[in-house]
Amino acid sequence: MLNGVTILTVSFLYLSLLFAIAYYGDQRADARRSLISNPYIYALSIAVYCTSWTFYGSVGRAASSGVGFLPIYIGPTLMFILGWHLIRKIVRISKVNRITSIADFIASRYGKSFYLGALVTVVAVLGILPYISLQLKAITVSFGVLIQYPDVAMPEDRHSASLLEDTALYVALLMGAFAILFGTRHIDASEHHEGMVAAVAFESVVKLIAFLAVGLLVTYGIFNGMGDLYGRASESEQLRKLFTINSTGGLVSWVTLSVLSMGAIIALPRQFQVIAVENTDERHVRTAIWLFPLYLFLINLFVLPIAFAGLIHFPSGAVDPDTFVLTLPMAEHYQTLALIAFIGGLSAATGMIIVETIALSTMVCNDLFMPILLKVGRLHLSERRDLTGILLAIRRIAIIVVILLGYAYVRLIGESYALVTIGLVSFVAAMQFVPLIVGGILWKGATERGALAGLTGGFLVWLYTLLLPSFARSGWISESFVTDGLFGIALMKPYAFLGLTGFDVISHATIWTMLVNVGLYIGVSLVTSQTMIERSQAIHFVDIFNRAEAGGRIWRGRATIGDLRELLARFLGHQRSEASLARFERERNRRLDPVSRADAEIVTFAERQLAGAIGAASARIMVASVVREEMRDIDEVMQILDQASQLIVYSRRLEEKSRALEAATEELTEANARLQELDKMKDDFVSTVSHELRTPLTSIRSFSEIVHDHPDLPVEQRNEFLQIIVTESERLTRLINDILDLAKMEAGKIEWNVAETDPRPIVEQALAATSGLFANKPIRLETAIAPELPIVVVDRDRLMQVVVNLVSNAVKFCDQKAGLVRVAAWREGDRLRVDVADNGRGLAKADHAKIFERFQQAGNTLTEKPKGTGLGLPISLQIIQHFGGDIWVDSEPGKGATFSFFIPAADAAGPAAPSRVAAEVT
Amino acid sequence: MRRSGLMGERLIALFLLGIVLFTPPFLGIFNVATVTAGIPTFYLYLFSAWLALIVLVALAAERGGHLDVAPQAGEPPAGEESDASARGGEG
Repeated sequence: MLNGVTILTVSFLYLSLLFAIAYYGDQRADARRSLISNPYIYALSIAVYCTSWTFYGSVGRAASSGVGFLPIYIGPTLMFILGWHLIRKIVRISKVNRITSIADFIASRYGKSFYLGALVTVVAVLGILPYISLQLKAITVSFGVLIQYPDVAMPEDRHSASLLEDTALYVALLMGAFAILFGTRHIDASEHHEGMVAAVAFESVVKLIAFLAVGLLVTYGIFNGMGDLYGRASESEQLRKLFTINSTGGLVSWVTLSVLSMGAIIALPRQFQVIAVENTDERHVRTAIWLFPLYLFLINLFVLPIAFAGLIHFPSGAVDPDTFVLTLPMAEHYQTLALIAFIGGLSAATGMIIVETIALSTMVCNDLFMPILLKVGRLHLSERRDLTGILLAIRRIAIIVVILLGYAYVRLIGESYALVTIGLVSFVAAMQFVPLIVGGILWKGATERGALAGLTGGFLVWLYTLLLPSFARSGWISESFVTDGLFGIALMKPYAFLGLTGFDVISHATIWTMLVNVGLYIGVSLVTSQTMIERSQAIHFVDIFNRAEAGGRIWRGRATIGDLRELLARFLGHQRSEASLARFERERNRRLDPVSRADAEIVTFAERQLAGAIGAASARIMVASVVREEMRDIDEVMQILDQASQLIVYSRRLEEKSRALEAATEELTEANARLQELDKMKDDFVSTVSHELRTPLTSIRSFSEIVHDHPDLPVEQRNEFLQIIVTESERLTRLINDILDLAKMEAGKIEWNVAETDPRPIVEQALAATSGLFANKPIRLETAIAPELPIVVVDRDRLMQVVVNLVSNAVKFCDQKAGLVRVAAWREGDRLRVDVADNGRGLAKADHAKIFERFQQAGNTLTEKPKGTGLGLPISLQIIQHFGGDIWVDSEPGKGATFSFFIPAADAAGPAAPSRVAAEVT
Repeated sequence: MRRSGLMGERLIALFLLGIVLFTPPFLGIFNVATVTAGIPTFYLYLFSAWLALIVLVALAAERGGHLDVAPQAGEPPAGEESDASARGGEG
């Protein structure tokens, strides 16, 4: 039953189940019915801490050092008791600032430092590589052991296998594919992976059940309970030694591991991910502080029994203690249980790899690549709206690269280390973040440069005392580096740096890295100063709870009056700021102590003062930057805080404003010129109008006076005079009507009764109306009106007015002895065309445009009696233009004149859209 | 720390107790090669002390609950909302 096909099938089914859970979790998250929003799931997801290292490695370590494995779980227990203070604070800060990873957290605390974020990312990736390689090794080895059933033997050394035959490579690729499926199916704005958390919580249950099952079987199935087991163990001198910690070194190691694991539980990227980033409700921390330690307690309960059982069962040492969990059921032919144990180990490894690589890829993407890509202006990334494709690609590539690097490490280091030692190398690396995190949330004075120095120093010591020696051990670099020290200098021995001996490798490295890290972190912080943004971030992080307790008064404890005074002085100048603060003191009758905290009143006052100088929005940001930092506005703040760039911004703004002013001035000048012209035109108009009005008035008045003063005038003459008075009065009336008409039209106040109209009856009616003009005169009228004329959208009365006007003009100006007036109307393309021609003396070219202006008549108005009001053509022009057409004259002196106009047909999309016309009707 | 004060202080005390229970000077008392009730004394001590500590923490955390119904009065603990209300408070 237990063969390759079964094992692979069950493994695939199990992984598919995990994926299905993740998928369901994501669905529920999308539907806003979170699957994971309860404290139990939260605590179980934190149990991703228990990897295959716990599952297989604890037993291995117990078999060699007794309780030596235990501090790795007691440390987190102690840390979680502090969790109500420390972890809850980290969770709160992460939520408020939308922290996406541990690199993001540290970078934000120290002034959103790009360098720090990138450094944390690099340290995390390099530091976690051994840990990931450990998982690959565990899966590979456990598969290699299980597949040999019914034999219980260790798999062959993989170094002999070629790359293509190496199971670990396929495991690595499969895990990579799974991590990509789980974590990078889409980009979530909040960086939450609810499905992943659900799957991780599930695998935590599986590995716990699997381990407990093996433990119960071994203790009560193979042996008769704990008493029997330990009784048989105590018979052996060798095994009895494991009952206690025998050496000082053992105790030192105990303490070191406790400290390391206390740090690791928050500083490992995957732990930070599940504890802080994926947390859905801060209150879950309260349950997790005891539930997660309880999980650790349970999963460790049978470690020692299994280790002793293994040592008793395989006394020859041929079986690697790291595989006891698997080999004990196999040796006793519990096939199903062996398979369950394998699945438990697979579960533990898979959960770790998925969460860890997702956390690392988020860091690599958000804190390393994106800032660089965005800074490289050439790529114009910052202008692209949708970056999700690039983000996903970077993350997927990062996952694959990290896993393949882990694979390279396992192939390189091979079998030279036990599981626990490999994992502890990573723990020491993660420990380098702890001073920065804990210091960052407790100590406001820590600076970016202090953090950079501490982390760099600690990381270099880690490389030197742990990573390089592991390469040396595997023969990759010369072993003399370890035995004789660098360049043969004894003080430079990586395992006995500066002559420090008497400690195991991990304790030695922990002591040195922490000394260098914490020393530089505190030392450099004390001699460097914070920029404004660092300071505000520091206060924001350290006082995160105070802010909540202060309710709305968020500025409490954040800025001193001195800070505000400084801020004001920077923008207003020393004198002005002092003067305004003095005024404030006088008016409110209070004294401003520079070191006391700024309250609402003074903050508002300062903001208002600033607003006067730099505008309300900028003032708000500036005051907020002192009072409290908002990550969202960080870019704006950076921009404004950087004084140099700020000057540039302001001078640029000034330039823009002066340019705008210039443009406005130019426009004003133009407008003024146009106004002057209009003014002159108005004057001309008034004088012309009064002239035009005075002429008929004068004749009316003079003839009236004659009639009045000479009652003895002959009747004929009197009648003649009266006739003149009547005619002139009519002319005056017409003139006034025309002026009013024109004025109304120009002001757009005239009412247009526009409708689709057949123009033919209009023209005919106009001709009928003017037929009187031809009576008793030697003038002939010729008409050529086409039978089909296009329908036009016009006001019929107004159109008739135009035609009447043109015909009466033609009658007036045609040859008075043998006059000929010709009226033609036809469809010309998609418009109506009307021509009115006469055979008068015609117009000079210069007059063609002039006659459409007001009171302008061809010829000399001073010497000849005007024949019209001089307003007919301007009115016609207004009317025709209103209908979207045009009117013009074609003429030469002595050859008559032809007045023409056109109006677009209703069926053509002419410039006079009916809708516009219709709007004017109403 | 006004509302969660007592619970917070109890937890710090338990943390200190944990340090005492699991570090050398005190730990050394039980670091002896005897067997109690069929189980090595040292193992028995470590696991009993561990479990006892967890139970005490659970009692402190869960029974402190009534003091702590709303950890942040007037501010829902969910991240985005608390964020929003903080912003609102500023204006």
